[in-house]
Amino acid sequence: MAVVFEKTKALTDAPLHYCPGCTHGIIHRLVAEAIDELGVLGKTIGVAPVGCSVMAYNYFACDMVEAAHGRAPAVATGLKRALPENVIFTYQGDGDLASIGMAETVHAATRNENITVIFVNNAIYGMTGGQMAPTSLPGQVTQTSPYGRDVKTVGFPIRVSEMLSALDGPEYIERVAVNNVKNVKAAKKAIKKAFENQINGKGFSLIEVVSSCPTNWGMTPKKALEWIDTNMIPYYPLGVYKDRSAVKEEK
Amino acid sequence: MAKVTFATDVCKGCGLCVDACPKQLIVLSNDKINKKGHSPAEITDQSKCIGCAFCATMCPDCVIKVER
Repeated sequence: MAVVFEKTKALTDAPLHYCPGCTHGIIHRLVAEAIDELGVLGKTIGVAPVGCSVMAYNYFACDMVEAAHGRAPAVATGLKRALPENVIFTYQGDGDLASIGMAETVHAATRNENITVIFVNNAIYGMTGGQMAPTSLPGQVTQTSPYGRDVKTVGFPIRVSEMLSALDGPEYIERVAVNNVKNVKAAKKAIKKAFENQINGKGFSLIEVVSSCPTNWGMTPKKALEWIDTNMIPYYPLGVYKDRSAVKEEK
Repeated sequence: MAKVTFATDVCKGCGLCVDACPKQLIVLSNDKINKKGHSPAEITDQSKCIGCAFCATMCPDCVIKVER
């Protein structure tokens, strides 16, 4: 019998601390599989964020650095410039990348730093207990918006992929989701491409992964994945937002 | 003939594999409880498994190994 699927060796044996049904586990696996399949496990350095995935360094079997809240792209910039032969990726949530780390993200993108950014968007602050994030949907009930996000007082959610794709700098921006098998497979392809771009020296690649947070959304894991389909994806449409190489080839 | 094995001790009983299985072969155990205190996923009829690995694709905790 041939093995069709087993845990990739780019993940350690440590059991994940995430809540049951949290899609962080799927995204960790997709990143690890991409690293393993590209044969760069030995020279990959990951940058862990602050947030639920703060302990990501326990789970990836490569070298990891822990960054201050939101500063993962800045740390990754330093790593990549000092160690240009290594593959550098950051793994960040929406509270990390789209809130406190927005400046670092935008500037790393506009400088077209040759790094890979995995951005997990679950529209809420997970680790701190479900507060409203920059990406929380209008009307979404969270701990700090108990009557639903009121766009008149707190503004609208930030669509990070659309915003960054308006810059001339970044090489590749794509939004994917992990709410069903088809989307997970597409997400895997996107993440692998983001790593390939870096290996080929093309520059800044960001993959936004629309993800779930069953615990803080107050839903079962199954219901949370359905909520992605009915609420998240209509506001955060999936697709490639920027691909400079593809545009060049067309010309 | 395909075979799926579950690393029962790390399963959190989230049930995402249950929904992913196109043959509806996976259930959360009614009578077992694992080290973490969850009802782990298990397969009801191994002989009907087609080895598509959809369950493993959706499992957040890499519980499932699929052979074909």
